[in-house]
Amino acid sequence: MLEAIMGLAMSLGDPTFLVTFQGAVNWSVGFLTTVAIFAIVVLGLNVQWGYTGILNFGVVAFFMVGAYTSALLTLGPATGFNAYILGLDLPVLVGWLGAALAGALLALLVGLPTLRLRLDFLAIATIGIAEILRTFARSGNGLVNRNEGLNGIPGFLAGTVDRGDYKWLLLAIALASLLLVYLLVRAATESPWGRVLRAIRDNEATAQAAGKRTTVYRLQAFVLGGAIMGFAGALYAHRIGAISPPGFTDLFGTFLPYTMLIVGGAGNHRGVILGSLVVGFFWFGTPLVQESLPDAIGTNVFVWRQFFVGLLVVMFILWLPKGLIAEEARVSRFLPRVAGGPSLRARITGRFRAE
Amino acid sequence: MADAILVVDRLEKRFGGNRAVDGASFEVARGSITGLIGPNGAGKTTCFNCIAGAIRPDGGRVTLNGQDVTGWPPHRVYAQGLSRTFQIPQELSGMTVLENVMLTARDHPGENLWEPILRPWRVASREAEVREHAMAMLRQVNLEPLAHERAGTLSGGQRKLLELARALMADPELVLLDEPSAGVNPTLASRLVEDIRTINRERGVTFLVIGHDMDVVARLCDRLVVMTSGRVMVEGTPDEVLNNAEVQEAYLGSQYR
Ligand SMILES: Nc1ncnc2c1ncn2[C@@H]1O[C@H](COP(=O)(O)OP(=O)(O)OP(=O)(O)O)[C@@H](O)[C@H]1O
Ligand SMILES: [Mg+2]
Repeated sequence: MLEAIMGLAMSLGDPTFLVTFQGAVNWSVGFLTTVAIFAIVVLGLNVQWGYTGILNFGVVAFFMVGAYTSALLTLGPATGFNAYILGLDLPVLVGWLGAALAGALLALLVGLPTLRLRLDFLAIATIGIAEILRTFARSGNGLVNRNEGLNGIPGFLAGTVDRGDYKWLLLAIALASLLLVYLLVRAATESPWGRVLRAIRDNEATAQAAGKRTTVYRLQAFVLGGAIMGFAGALYAHRIGAISPPGFTDLFGTFLPYTMLIVGGAGNHRGVILGSLVVGFFWFGTPLVQESLPDAIGTNVFVWRQFFVGLLVVMFILWLPKGLIAEEARVSRFLPRVAGGPSLRARITGRFRAE
Repeated sequence: MADAILVVDRLEKRFGGNRAVDGASFEVARGSITGLIGPNGAGKTTCFNCIAGAIRPDGGRVTLNGQDVTGWPPHRVYAQGLSRTFQIPQELSGMTVLENVMLTARDHPGENLWEPILRPWRVASREAEVREHAMAMLRQVNLEPLAHERAGTLSGGQRKLLELARALMADPELVLLDEPSAGVNPTLASRLVEDIRTINRERGVTFLVIGHDMDVVARLCDRLVVMTSGRVMVEGTPDEVLNNAEVQEAYLGSQYR
């Protein structure tokens, strides 16, 4: 990874801050930390959309609720010009737990009235909630400090190491969290429970005829996913230390996770983690090579990267719709593994579609 | 009827102006194999859908095991001991054949969100039982060698067999089979008839079977119910029904080439 980034940077001539080894290390550590947090969001989305087929257009809302909840629980009381509720000065870990609960609660609030109706109602409802939350955070006077947002959010275990080494600790925390969420999601979904989710996604009539209460399962999957996204939001807040409403855009918090999911392979947890890395590299890596891009693109690199990632998704949908690592035919880990899905070559050449 | 496991009383279902089921009434005796026949569009599948809860009837009553189940959602009807197959197979194509069948198992703690996380050993032991049972079902319909294939790779006839295996997996008291032998090769179809009779005799499972193939239906069923245009025209033993002039006119005349 490191060599790849450095090699890329060197060969392309004049990257400003990757020329030194230390610069490259700093960038990579930060990059991997971000990717790990995104991968957690994407695992949550994989439970909702990858496994159960629930279209959630408001991923960023769950992320944001988690970020704000944890910040409000762990910050001290508001002082000076700041105005926000809570400020309970609680330990960071309690904040994270609160964030997951807040994500779950939001999912319950949105899911309960809509999931029993037709599936598109939930999708429509989720489009609105991110906008509602952002507007609320901006205007709700004295609730969450409006546009200035929350600053000075304490880092987890921040005092325990040198300032210069804290980035390594952050990376370790993010990776450990990712591992934990991965193991949890795997334990939950590669099971008879996950089998029901996949049945609902692929053919609801079959799942119902098999005696499953499909709305209950959908709600469970939606809430579990929401809790995971809330937790990821908390990791994010404590990592960057300052959050404000304009930071939680749909592009960043909803579109990007979906692209990671599609590229990695919906329904495959290892796949979507890989997808987070690949898409993250495109997204966060493009600005690095800004100088060496043609001027027309280079000066607008932040706009163009949206185009590139969009193009990547279209290419995957057309030529590799199952993503980098396809979903397995076997769902339950309690059963012996089946010799894998179609080969990569078969998937690219489209031969598998003839099945 | 002395002991009817299923009573359908003046059932009605309209699709727009089309009266798909228009006051159909019939009973299925416990322990019997009852055939439901009639020309295309007679409303047979729509009846099944109303009984199993897949769609809500507009009128009439469905009584299962003495319990009024009219308009119940499918999972509650299933819990009352009913399972069904679809005329057009509804397999889960991305999943293995084995897991398609395992999905229908009753009382699986692993289908509870917390169990696989907190008590995986309990899930594992039930999963092993369910797997054995599912394998036995697949053996019965000759699909055992394909247990670990994706269901999407099966042929049309094999999909019908998978439907049957899945319905039987639920340990039902009453099974609704929608044209179980359509597209299945004649040799295997005769074996299916034998298998259904055996299950009926040995385990006391009641069957309500929609059929097009007269030979199969006549050999399989104790009783036949004939539907046309959403109503029941004749009921009786296969001999009575097949020798009925009206039936020969309405059904065999137009259908039986
Ligand atoms: N979901 C639906 N929407 C609209 N019309 C329907 C629907 N399902 C069935 N119908 C109509 O209801 C009538 C009865 O259909 P049904 O499928 O019950 O017949 P059937 O007896 O099963 O016929 P076949 O022997 O061809 O399977 C037909 O006219 C059909 O077009
Ligand atoms: Mg039909």
